[in-house]
Amino acid sequence: MQWAWLPGYLPALLQGLGITLFVLVASVIGGFSLAVPLALAQVRGRTLPRSLSRVFCSYIRGTPLLMQLYLLYYGIGSLFPFIPGVRENFQWLVRLDAIYYVLAAFTLSFAGYEAEIMRGAFLSVPRGELEAAEALGLSRAQVLWRIWLPSAFQKVLPTLTGEVIGQLKSTPLAFTVPVMDLMGVAHRVMQDTYRIYEPLLFVAAIYLALTFLIVQLFALAELKHLKR
Amino acid sequence: MEIDWKAQTAGFQIGASALAGTVSALNLIVMAVAPLATLLSFGDEGYGDELFWGAVRTLEISLFGYVLGIGLGLLGAVGKLYGPAVFRPMFSGYTTLFRAVPELILIMLLYYAGTDAINAGLAKLGIGAVEVNGMVAAICVLGVVQGAYATEVLRAGILAIPIGQLEAATALGMSPVLRFRRIMLPAMLPLALPGLANLWLNITKDSALVSVVGFTELALATQQAAGVSKRYFALYVVAQGVYLLISQCSLSIFGWLEGNMRRGQPGTAVAR
Repeated sequence: MQWAWLPGYLPALLQGLGITLFVLVASVIGGFSLAVPLALAQVRGRTLPRSLSRVFCSYIRGTPLLMQLYLLYYGIGSLFPFIPGVRENFQWLVRLDAIYYVLAAFTLSFAGYEAEIMRGAFLSVPRGELEAAEALGLSRAQVLWRIWLPSAFQKVLPTLTGEVIGQLKSTPLAFTVPVMDLMGVAHRVMQDTYRIYEPLLFVAAIYLALTFLIVQLFALAELKHLKR
Repeated sequence: MEIDWKAQTAGFQIGASALAGTVSALNLIVMAVAPLATLLSFGDEGYGDELFWGAVRTLEISLFGYVLGIGLGLLGAVGKLYGPAVFRPMFSGYTTLFRAVPELILIMLLYYAGTDAINAGLAKLGIGAVEVNGMVAAICVLGVVQGAYATEVLRAGILAIPIGQLEAATALGMSPVLRFRRIMLPAMLPLALPGLANLWLNITKDSALVSVVGFTELALATQQAAGVSKRYFALYVVAQGVYLLISQCSLSIFGWLEGNMRRGQPGTAVAR
Protein backbone atom coordinates (compact mmCIF):
# COMPACT_ATOMS: atom_id res chain seq x y z
CA MET A 1 0.00 0.00 0.00
CA GLN A 2 1.35 3.38 -1.01
CA TRP A 3 -0.49 6.53 -0.17
CA ALA A 4 2.09 9.10 -1.27
CA TRP A 5 -0.21 10.17 -4.14
CA LEU A 6 -3.04 11.13 -1.83
CA PRO A 7 -2.06 14.69 -0.77
CA GLY A 8 -1.48 15.77 -4.36
CA TYR A 9 -4.83 14.49 -5.55
CA LEU A 10 -6.84 15.50 -2.49
CA PRO A 11 -8.21 18.77 -3.96
CA ALA A 12 -9.29 16.95 -7.12
CA LEU A 13 -10.90 14.21 -5.05
CA LEU A 14 -12.79 16.76 -3.00
CA GLN A 15 -14.00 18.41 -6.19
CA GLY A 16 -15.04 14.98 -7.46
CA LEU A 17 -16.93 14.38 -4.24
CA GLY A 18 -18.74 17.67 -4.83
CA ILE A 19 -19.74 16.59 -8.34
CA THR A 20 -20.88 13.18 -7.08
CA LEU A 21 -23.04 14.79 -4.40
CA PHE A 22 -24.41 17.33 -6.87
CA VAL A 23 -25.35 14.59 -9.33
CA LEU A 24 -26.95 12.59 -6.54
CA VAL A 25 -29.03 15.44 -5.11
CA ALA A 26 -30.04 16.85 -8.49
CA SER A 27 -31.07 13.47 -9.90
CA VAL A 28 -33.00 12.49 -6.78
CA ILE A 29 -34.94 15.77 -6.67
CA GLY A 30 -35.45 15.90 -10.45
CA GLY A 31 -36.29 12.21 -10.65
CA PHE A 32 -38.80 12.42 -7.85
CA SER A 33 -40.53 15.40 -9.44
CA LEU A 34 -40.78 13.40 -12.66
CA ALA A 35 -41.93 10.28 -10.85
CA VAL A 36 -45.07 11.96 -9.49
CA PRO A 37 -46.66 12.72 -12.89
CA LEU A 38 -45.46 9.35 -14.22
CA ALA A 39 -47.14 7.54 -11.34
CA LEU A 40 -50.28 9.68 -11.64
CA ALA A 41 -50.48 8.83 -15.33
CA GLN A 42 -50.49 5.15 -14.44
CA VAL A 43 -53.01 5.52 -11.64
CA ARG A 44 -55.48 8.01 -13.08
CA GLY A 45 -54.34 8.68 -16.64
CA ARG A 46 -56.08 7.92 -19.93
CA THR A 47 -54.96 5.00 -22.04
CA LEU A 48 -52.19 6.76 -23.95
CA PRO A 49 -50.32 8.46 -21.07
CA ARG A 50 -50.84 5.36 -18.98
CA SER A 51 -49.26 3.01 -21.49
CA LEU A 52 -46.48 5.49 -22.29
CA SER A 53 -45.64 5.72 -18.61
CA ARG A 54 -45.74 1.93 -18.29
CA VAL A 55 -43.43 1.43 -21.25
CA PHE A 56 -41.02 4.05 -19.91
CA CYS A 57 -40.90 2.43 -16.47
CA SER A 58 -40.38 -1.08 -17.87
CA TYR A 59 -37.62 0.25 -20.10
CA ILE A 60 -35.83 2.03 -17.25
CA ARG A 61 -36.19 -0.90 -14.88
CA GLY A 62 -35.43 -3.55 -17.48
CA THR A 63 -32.16 -2.28 -18.96
CA PRO A 64 -28.80 -1.49 -17.34
CA LEU A 65 -28.25 2.15 -16.39
CA LEU A 66 -24.84 1.94 -18.06
CA MET A 67 -26.54 1.27 -21.40
CA GLN A 68 -29.07 4.05 -20.86
CA LEU A 69 -26.20 6.44 -20.22
CA TYR A 70 -24.39 5.23 -23.35
CA LEU A 71 -27.54 5.61 -25.43
CA LEU A 72 -27.90 9.22 -24.31
CA TYR A 73 -24.24 10.16 -24.49
CA TYR A 74 -22.96 8.25 -27.50
CA GLY A 75 -26.28 7.55 -29.21
CA ILE A 76 -28.29 10.74 -29.02
CA GLY A 77 -25.24 12.94 -28.40
CA SER A 78 -23.70 11.72 -31.64
CA LEU A 79 -26.88 12.49 -33.58
CA PHE A 80 -26.93 16.20 -32.74
CA PRO A 81 -24.21 17.32 -35.16
CA PHE A 82 -26.02 15.58 -38.01
CA ILE A 83 -29.28 17.44 -37.54
CA PRO A 84 -29.11 20.27 -40.06
CA GLY A 85 -28.92 23.67 -38.46
CA VAL A 86 -27.78 22.46 -35.08
CA ARG A 87 -24.12 22.80 -35.91
CA GLU A 88 -24.62 26.43 -36.96
CA ASN A 89 -27.25 27.63 -34.52
CA PHE A 90 -26.96 25.42 -31.48
CA GLN A 91 -23.23 25.01 -31.08
CA TRP A 92 -23.70 24.48 -27.31
CA LEU A 93 -25.81 21.42 -27.98
CA VAL A 94 -22.98 19.77 -29.90
CA ARG A 95 -20.42 20.65 -27.28
CA LEU A 96 -22.63 19.73 -24.36
CA ASP A 97 -20.52 18.54 -21.45
CA ALA A 98 -20.83 14.89 -20.44
CA ILE A 99 -22.20 15.88 -17.05
CA TYR A 100 -25.49 16.98 -18.62
CA TYR A 101 -25.96 13.56 -20.17
CA VAL A 102 -25.14 11.98 -16.83
CA LEU A 103 -27.67 14.21 -15.09
CA ALA A 104 -30.33 13.38 -17.68
CA ALA A 105 -29.69 9.64 -17.54
CA PHE A 106 -29.62 9.46 -13.73
CA THR A 107 -32.70 11.65 -13.37
CA LEU A 108 -34.70 9.52 -15.81
CA SER A 109 -33.50 6.34 -14.15
CA PHE A 110 -34.48 7.51 -10.67
CA ALA A 111 -37.84 8.66 -12.05
CA GLY A 112 -38.51 5.22 -13.55
CA TYR A 113 -37.78 3.33 -10.35
CA GLU A 114 -39.50 5.85 -8.09
CA ALA A 115 -42.62 6.07 -10.28
CA GLU A 116 -43.27 2.39 -9.68
CA ILE A 117 -43.08 2.96 -5.92
CA MET A 118 -45.16 6.14 -6.04
CA ARG A 119 -47.79 4.30 -8.08
CA GLY A 120 -48.24 1.82 -5.24
CA ALA A 121 -48.25 4.62 -2.68
CA PHE A 122 -50.91 6.59 -4.57
CA LEU A 123 -53.08 3.49 -4.81
CA SER A 124 -52.68 2.72 -1.13
CA VAL A 125 -54.15 6.03 0.03
CA PRO A 126 -57.65 5.23 1.32
CA ARG A 127 -60.34 6.27 -1.17
CA GLY A 128 -62.38 7.82 1.62
CA GLU A 129 -59.73 10.45 2.26
CA LEU A 130 -59.89 11.61 -1.34
CA GLU A 131 -63.66 11.47 -1.46
CA ALA A 132 -63.88 13.50 1.75
CA ALA A 133 -61.60 16.13 0.26
CA GLU A 134 -63.72 16.27 -2.90
CA ALA A 135 -66.90 16.48 -0.82
CA LEU A 136 -65.42 19.46 0.99
CA GLY A 137 -65.20 21.22 -2.36
CA LEU A 138 -61.46 21.03 -2.98
CA SER A 139 -60.47 21.19 -6.63
CA ARG A 140 -58.66 18.24 -8.19
CA ALA A 141 -55.34 20.06 -7.97
CA GLN A 142 -55.96 20.86 -4.32
CA VAL A 143 -56.85 17.25 -3.55
CA LEU A 144 -53.61 16.15 -5.13
CA TRP A 145 -51.42 18.80 -3.56
CA ARG A 146 -52.91 18.84 -0.06
CA ILE A 147 -54.17 15.30 0.50
CA TRP A 148 -53.07 12.69 -2.01
CA LEU A 149 -49.41 13.61 -2.48
CA PRO A 150 -48.55 14.23 1.21
CA SER A 151 -50.28 11.02 2.22
CA ALA A 152 -48.49 9.01 -0.48
CA PHE A 153 -45.17 10.68 0.29
CA GLN A 154 -45.43 9.68 3.93
CA LYS A 155 -45.81 6.09 2.81
CA VAL A 156 -42.75 6.10 0.55
CA LEU A 157 -40.44 7.91 2.96
CA PRO A 158 -39.09 4.69 4.54
CA THR A 159 -38.38 3.15 1.12
CA LEU A 160 -36.79 6.37 -0.10
CA THR A 161 -33.67 5.68 1.98
CA GLY A 162 -32.96 2.53 0.03
CA GLU A 163 -33.72 4.22 -3.27
CA VAL A 164 -31.38 7.13 -2.58
CA ILE A 165 -28.61 4.75 -1.50
CA GLY A 166 -29.18 2.78 -4.68
CA GLN A 167 -28.86 5.99 -6.64
CA LEU A 168 -25.65 6.90 -4.79
CA LYS A 169 -24.26 3.51 -5.72
CA SER A 170 -25.06 4.18 -9.38
CA THR A 171 -23.23 7.52 -9.49
CA PRO A 172 -19.74 6.05 -10.13
CA LEU A 173 -21.04 5.00 -13.56
CA ALA A 174 -20.59 8.64 -14.54
CA PHE A 175 -16.86 8.06 -14.99
CA THR A 176 -17.50 5.83 -18.02
CA VAL A 177 -18.51 8.88 -20.01
CA PRO A 178 -15.77 11.24 -19.02
CA VAL A 179 -17.05 13.03 -15.94
CA MET A 180 -14.63 13.88 -13.16
CA ASP A 181 -16.76 12.73 -10.28
CA LEU A 182 -15.22 10.91 -7.31
CA MET A 183 -14.77 7.73 -9.32
CA GLY A 184 -13.52 9.69 -12.33
CA VAL A 185 -10.75 11.25 -10.25
CA ALA A 186 -9.91 7.86 -8.75
CA HIS A 187 -9.65 6.46 -12.26
CA ARG A 188 -7.33 9.32 -13.22
CA VAL A 189 -5.16 8.50 -10.21
CA MET A 190 -5.09 4.86 -11.30
CA GLN A 191 -3.92 5.85 -14.76
CA ASP A 192 -1.36 8.39 -13.51
CA THR A 193 0.23 6.39 -10.69
CA TYR A 194 -0.36 2.79 -11.83
CA ARG A 195 -1.74 2.08 -8.37
CA ILE A 196 -4.95 0.06 -8.54
CA TYR A 197 -6.07 -0.79 -5.04
CA GLU A 198 -5.38 2.38 -3.08
CA PRO A 199 -7.57 4.77 -5.12
CA LEU A 200 -10.35 2.19 -5.38
CA LEU A 201 -10.27 1.42 -1.66
CA PHE A 202 -10.18 5.12 -0.89
CA VAL A 203 -13.33 5.91 -2.88
CA ALA A 204 -14.99 2.74 -1.61
CA ALA A 205 -14.46 4.04 1.93
CA ILE A 206 -15.94 7.41 0.98
CA TYR A 207 -18.99 5.75 -0.57
CA LEU A 208 -19.35 3.63 2.56
CA ALA A 209 -19.27 6.76 4.73
CA LEU A 210 -21.80 8.50 2.47
CA THR A 211 -24.13 5.50 2.69
CA PHE A 212 -24.09 5.58 6.49
CA LEU A 213 -24.55 9.34 6.43
CA ILE A 214 -27.65 9.01 4.24
CA VAL A 215 -29.05 6.29 6.50
CA GLN A 216 -28.63 8.57 9.52
CA LEU A 217 -30.10 11.59 7.74
CA PHE A 218 -33.19 9.72 6.66
CA ALA A 219 -33.61 8.16 10.10
CA LEU A 220 -33.68 11.71 11.48
CA ALA A 221 -36.16 12.83 8.84
CA GLU A 222 -38.44 9.88 9.58
CA LEU A 223 -38.27 10.54 13.32
CA LYS A 224 -39.25 14.14 12.75
CA HIS A 225 -42.05 13.08 10.45
CA LEU A 226 -43.48 10.55 12.87
CA LYS A 227 -43.47 13.01 15.77
CA ARG A 228 -45.99 15.30 14.11
CA MET B 1 -26.86 5.96 -48.95
CA GLU B 2 -25.01 8.28 -46.62
CA ILE B 3 -24.11 10.64 -49.47
CA ASP B 4 -27.62 10.59 -50.87
CA TRP B 5 -29.01 11.75 -47.58
CA LYS B 6 -26.52 14.54 -47.18
CA ALA B 7 -27.37 15.87 -50.63
CA GLN B 8 -31.03 15.68 -49.75
CA THR B 9 -30.74 17.48 -46.47
CA ALA B 10 -28.44 20.17 -47.82
CA GLY B 11 -31.52 21.89 -49.15
CA PHE B 12 -33.00 22.13 -45.71
CA GLN B 13 -30.01 23.87 -44.24
CA ILE B 14 -30.77 27.10 -46.06
CA GLY B 15 -34.02 27.77 -44.28
CA ALA B 16 -33.61 26.29 -40.83
CA SER B 17 -37.26 26.70 -40.03
CA ALA B 18 -39.06 24.58 -37.49
CA LEU B 19 -40.81 22.61 -40.22
CA ALA B 20 -37.60 21.84 -42.03
CA GLY B 21 -36.08 20.80 -38.74
CA THR B 22 -38.91 18.38 -38.07
CA VAL B 23 -38.79 16.95 -41.55
CA SER B 24 -35.06 16.41 -41.42
CA ALA B 25 -35.34 14.91 -37.97
CA LEU B 26 -37.81 12.41 -39.42
CA ASN B 27 -35.45 11.88 -42.30
CA LEU B 28 -32.73 11.15 -39.80
CA ILE B 29 -34.81 8.56 -38.00
CA VAL B 30 -35.61 6.86 -41.29
CA MET B 31 -31.91 6.88 -42.09
CA ALA B 32 -31.15 5.41 -38.69
CA VAL B 33 -33.56 2.54 -39.19
CA ALA B 34 -33.31 1.74 -42.90
CA PRO B 35 -29.91 0.01 -43.12
CA LEU B 36 -30.48 -1.80 -39.83
CA ALA B 37 -30.76 -5.14 -41.59
CA THR B 38 -27.20 -4.88 -42.92
CA LEU B 39 -25.96 -3.52 -39.62
CA LEU B 40 -27.36 -6.49 -37.73
CA SER B 41 -26.55 -9.18 -40.28
CA PHE B 42 -24.29 -12.04 -39.29
CA GLY B 43 -20.91 -12.10 -40.95
CA ASP B 44 -18.23 -9.61 -41.84
CA GLU B 45 -20.46 -6.68 -42.76
CA GLY B 46 -22.89 -6.70 -39.89
CA TYR B 47 -22.58 -6.94 -36.15
CA GLY B 48 -25.41 -9.39 -35.55
CA ASP B 49 -23.09 -12.22 -34.60
CA GLU B 50 -21.04 -10.02 -32.24
CA LEU B 51 -24.17 -8.83 -30.48
CA PHE B 52 -25.63 -12.34 -30.38
CA TRP B 53 -22.56 -13.83 -28.75
CA GLY B 54 -22.37 -10.85 -26.43
CA ALA B 55 -25.93 -11.58 -25.31
CA VAL B 56 -25.03 -15.25 -24.81
CA ARG B 57 -22.02 -14.23 -22.67
CA THR B 58 -24.25 -11.89 -20.67
CA LEU B 59 -26.69 -14.71 -19.98
CA GLU B 60 -23.87 -17.12 -19.13
CA ILE B 61 -22.11 -14.90 -16.61
CA SER B 62 -25.45 -13.84 -15.13
CA LEU B 63 -26.64 -17.42 -14.74
CA PHE B 64 -23.45 -18.84 -13.24
CA GLY B 65 -22.93 -15.74 -11.13
CA TYR B 66 -26.49 -16.09 -9.88
CA VAL B 67 -25.99 -19.73 -8.93
CA LEU B 68 -22.73 -18.89 -7.17
CA GLY B 69 -24.39 -15.95 -5.44
CA ILE B 70 -27.26 -18.08 -4.15
CA GLY B 71 -24.80 -20.70 -2.92
CA LEU B 72 -22.86 -18.02 -1.06
CA GLY B 73 -26.16 -16.55 0.13
CA LEU B 74 -27.32 -19.87 1.62
CA LEU B 75 -23.98 -20.23 3.36
CA GLY B 76 -24.14 -16.66 4.59
CA ALA B 77 -27.77 -16.87 5.74
CA VAL B 78 -27.28 -20.10 7.68
CA GLY B 79 -23.96 -18.81 9.04
CA LYS B 80 -25.48 -15.53 10.11
CA LEU B 81 -28.41 -17.23 11.86
CA TYR B 82 -26.96 -20.44 13.25
CA GLY B 83 -23.19 -20.18 12.76
CA PRO B 84 -20.66 -20.05 15.59
CA ALA B 85 -20.69 -16.66 17.30
CA VAL B 86 -17.09 -16.00 16.31
CA PHE B 87 -17.92 -16.02 12.62
CA ARG B 88 -21.10 -13.98 12.76
CA PRO B 89 -19.38 -10.56 12.67
CA MET B 90 -17.56 -11.80 9.59
CA PHE B 91 -20.83 -12.60 7.83
CA SER B 92 -22.48 -9.33 8.80
CA GLY B 93 -19.34 -7.47 7.74
CA TYR B 94 -19.60 -9.17 4.33
CA THR B 95 -23.23 -8.24 3.81
CA THR B 96 -22.89 -4.69 5.15
CA LEU B 97 -19.73 -3.80 3.25
CA PHE B 98 -20.71 -5.43 -0.02
CA ARG B 99 -24.15 -3.87 -0.05
CA ALA B 100 -22.96 -0.38 0.87
CA VAL B 101 -20.14 -0.01 -1.68
CA PRO B 102 -21.12 0.62 -5.32
CA GLU B 103 -21.15 -2.54 -7.42
CA LEU B 104 -18.92 -0.96 -10.05
CA ILE B 105 -16.12 -0.32 -7.53
CA LEU B 106 -16.53 -3.78 -5.99
CA ILE B 107 -16.35 -5.41 -9.40
CA MET B 108 -13.16 -3.52 -10.28
CA LEU B 109 -11.57 -4.24 -6.89
CA LEU B 110 -12.46 -7.93 -6.90
CA TYR B 111 -11.46 -8.38 -10.52
CA TYR B 112 -7.99 -6.91 -10.04
CA ALA B 113 -7.50 -8.30 -6.53
CA GLY B 114 -8.68 -11.77 -7.54
CA THR B 115 -6.40 -12.11 -10.53
CA ASP B 116 -3.48 -10.67 -8.54
CA ALA B 117 -4.07 -13.04 -5.65
CA ILE B 118 -4.13 -16.07 -7.95
CA ASN B 119 -0.90 -15.03 -9.61
CA ALA B 120 0.76 -14.26 -6.27
CA GLY B 121 -0.29 -17.68 -5.02
CA LEU B 122 1.09 -19.34 -8.14
CA ALA B 123 4.34 -17.40 -7.79
CA LYS B 124 4.70 -18.72 -4.24
CA LEU B 125 4.32 -22.24 -5.59
CA GLY B 126 7.01 -21.49 -8.13
CA ILE B 127 4.70 -21.40 -11.14
CA GLY B 128 4.71 -18.38 -13.41
CA ALA B 129 1.81 -15.98 -13.83
CA VAL B 130 -1.22 -17.18 -15.79
CA GLU B 131 -3.82 -15.34 -17.78
CA VAL B 132 -6.94 -15.68 -15.67
CA ASN B 133 -9.95 -16.70 -17.75
CA GLY B 134 -12.04 -13.55 -18.14
CA MET B 135 -15.32 -15.41 -17.96
CA VAL B 136 -14.45 -17.26 -14.75
CA ALA B 137 -13.29 -13.97 -13.22
CA ALA B 138 -16.51 -12.22 -14.27
CA ILE B 139 -18.66 -15.02 -12.84
CA CYS B 140 -16.78 -15.05 -9.53
CA VAL B 141 -16.91 -11.27 -9.18
CA LEU B 142 -20.64 -11.07 -9.94
CA GLY B 143 -21.35 -14.06 -7.71
CA VAL B 144 -19.49 -12.69 -4.71
CA VAL B 145 -21.26 -9.34 -4.98
CA GLN B 146 -24.60 -11.08 -5.49
CA GLY B 147 -23.93 -13.35 -2.50
CA ALA B 148 -24.16 -10.43 -0.09
CA TYR B 149 -27.62 -9.49 -1.35
CA ALA B 150 -28.72 -13.13 -1.53
CA THR B 151 -27.66 -13.65 2.10
CA GLU B 152 -30.13 -11.03 3.25
CA VAL B 153 -32.95 -12.30 1.04
CA LEU B 154 -32.51 -15.91 2.15
CA ARG B 155 -32.04 -14.94 5.80
CA ALA B 156 -35.37 -13.12 5.71
CA GLY B 157 -36.89 -16.20 4.06
CA ILE B 158 -35.61 -18.50 6.81
CA LEU B 159 -36.83 -16.13 9.50
CA ALA B 160 -40.30 -16.15 7.92
CA ILE B 161 -40.69 -19.92 8.38
CA PRO B 162 -42.99 -20.61 11.34
CA ILE B 163 -40.64 -21.61 14.14
CA GLY B 164 -42.88 -24.53 15.10
CA GLN B 165 -42.04 -26.30 11.83
CA LEU B 166 -38.34 -26.19 12.61
CA GLU B 167 -38.89 -27.23 16.21
CA ALA B 168 -41.06 -30.12 15.07
CA ALA B 169 -38.28 -31.28 12.75
CA THR B 170 -35.78 -31.14 15.59
CA ALA B 171 -38.20 -32.95 17.90
CA LEU B 172 -38.54 -35.73 15.34
CA GLY B 173 -34.81 -36.23 15.61
CA MET B 174 -33.72 -34.76 12.29
CA SER B 175 -30.08 -33.82 12.07
CA PRO B 176 -29.43 -30.14 11.22
CA VAL B 177 -28.45 -31.09 7.68
CA LEU B 178 -31.58 -33.16 7.10
CA ARG B 179 -33.72 -30.45 8.67
CA PHE B 180 -32.17 -27.90 6.36
CA ARG B 181 -32.71 -30.04 3.27
CA ARG B 182 -36.19 -31.37 3.98
CA ILE B 183 -37.85 -28.56 5.94
CA MET B 184 -36.04 -25.26 5.81
CA LEU B 185 -35.21 -25.13 2.11
CA PRO B 186 -38.63 -26.15 0.75
CA ALA B 187 -40.45 -23.92 3.24
CA MET B 188 -38.23 -20.93 2.61
CA LEU B 189 -37.98 -20.93 -1.19
CA PRO B 190 -41.55 -19.78 -1.94
CA LEU B 191 -41.14 -17.04 0.65
CA ALA B 192 -37.81 -15.92 -0.77
CA LEU B 193 -38.83 -16.20 -4.43
CA PRO B 194 -39.85 -12.56 -5.04
CA GLY B 195 -36.54 -11.43 -3.56
CA LEU B 196 -34.65 -13.99 -5.61
CA ALA B 197 -36.45 -12.84 -8.77
CA ASN B 198 -35.30 -9.31 -8.02
CA LEU B 199 -31.74 -10.53 -7.57
CA TRP B 200 -31.82 -12.24 -10.96
CA LEU B 201 -33.07 -9.07 -12.66
CA ASN B 202 -30.34 -7.13 -10.89
CA ILE B 203 -27.55 -9.48 -11.90
CA THR B 204 -28.55 -9.39 -15.57
CA LYS B 205 -28.25 -5.61 -15.38
CA ASP B 206 -25.12 -5.60 -13.20
CA SER B 207 -23.43 -7.91 -15.68
CA ALA B 208 -23.07 -4.86 -17.93
CA LEU B 209 -20.64 -3.44 -15.36
CA VAL B 210 -18.19 -6.23 -16.13
CA SER B 211 -17.60 -4.48 -19.46
CA VAL B 212 -15.65 -1.84 -17.53
CA VAL B 213 -12.92 -4.37 -16.68
CA GLY B 214 -12.84 -5.55 -20.28
CA PHE B 215 -14.94 -8.70 -20.47
CA THR B 216 -16.79 -8.78 -23.78
CA GLU B 217 -20.44 -9.30 -22.95
CA LEU B 218 -23.38 -7.54 -24.57
CA ALA B 219 -22.54 -4.03 -23.34
CA LEU B 220 -18.91 -4.13 -24.45
CA ALA B 221 -19.75 -5.94 -27.70
CA THR B 222 -22.21 -3.16 -28.48
CA GLN B 223 -19.68 -0.51 -27.59
CA GLN B 224 -17.08 -2.08 -29.86
CA ALA B 225 -19.50 -2.54 -32.73
CA ALA B 226 -20.71 1.04 -32.35
CA GLY B 227 -17.15 2.34 -32.21
CA VAL B 228 -16.29 0.66 -35.50
CA SER B 229 -19.52 1.33 -37.38
CA LYS B 230 -20.25 4.75 -35.81
CA ARG B 231 -23.88 3.67 -35.57
CA TYR B 232 -24.10 4.39 -31.87
CA PHE B 233 -27.78 5.18 -31.67
CA ALA B 234 -29.11 2.20 -33.59
CA LEU B 235 -26.83 -0.31 -31.90
CA TYR B 236 -27.55 0.90 -28.38
CA VAL B 237 -31.28 0.79 -29.05
CA VAL B 238 -30.98 -2.79 -30.31
CA ALA B 239 -28.81 -3.86 -27.35
CA GLN B 240 -31.26 -2.35 -24.90
CA GLY B 241 -34.02 -4.21 -26.65
CA VAL B 242 -32.14 -7.42 -25.93
CA TYR B 243 -31.75 -6.51 -22.24
CA LEU B 244 -35.43 -5.64 -22.10
CA LEU B 245 -36.33 -8.96 -23.71
CA ILE B 246 -34.24 -10.80 -21.11
CA SER B 247 -35.85 -8.98 -18.20
CA GLN B 248 -39.42 -9.27 -19.48
CA CYS B 249 -39.02 -13.01 -20.19
CA SER B 250 -37.49 -13.47 -16.74
CA LEU B 251 -40.42 -11.65 -15.17
CA SER B 252 -42.95 -13.98 -16.75
CA ILE B 253 -40.90 -17.08 -15.87
CA PHE B 254 -40.65 -16.00 -12.24
CA GLY B 255 -44.34 -15.10 -12.18
CA TRP B 256 -45.16 -18.60 -13.39
CA LEU B 257 -42.76 -20.16 -10.85
CA GLU B 258 -44.29 -18.17 -8.04
CA GLY B 259 -47.77 -19.24 -9.05
CA ASN B 260 -46.60 -22.85 -9.07
CA MET B 261 -44.79 -22.72 -5.76
CA ARG B 262 -47.55 -20.93 -3.94
CA ARG B 263 -50.27 -23.23 -5.21
CA GLY B 264 -52.37 -24.41 -2.30
CA GLN B 265 -51.01 -21.85 0.09
CA PRO B 266 -53.73 -19.85 1.77
CA GLY B 267 -54.43 -16.25 0.97
CA THR B 268 -51.91 -15.59 -1.74
CA ALA B 269 -52.57 -13.76 -4.92
CA VAL B 270 -50.48 -14.92 -7.85
CA ALA B 271 -48.26 -12.07 -8.98
CA ARG B 272 -48.74 -10.89 -12.54
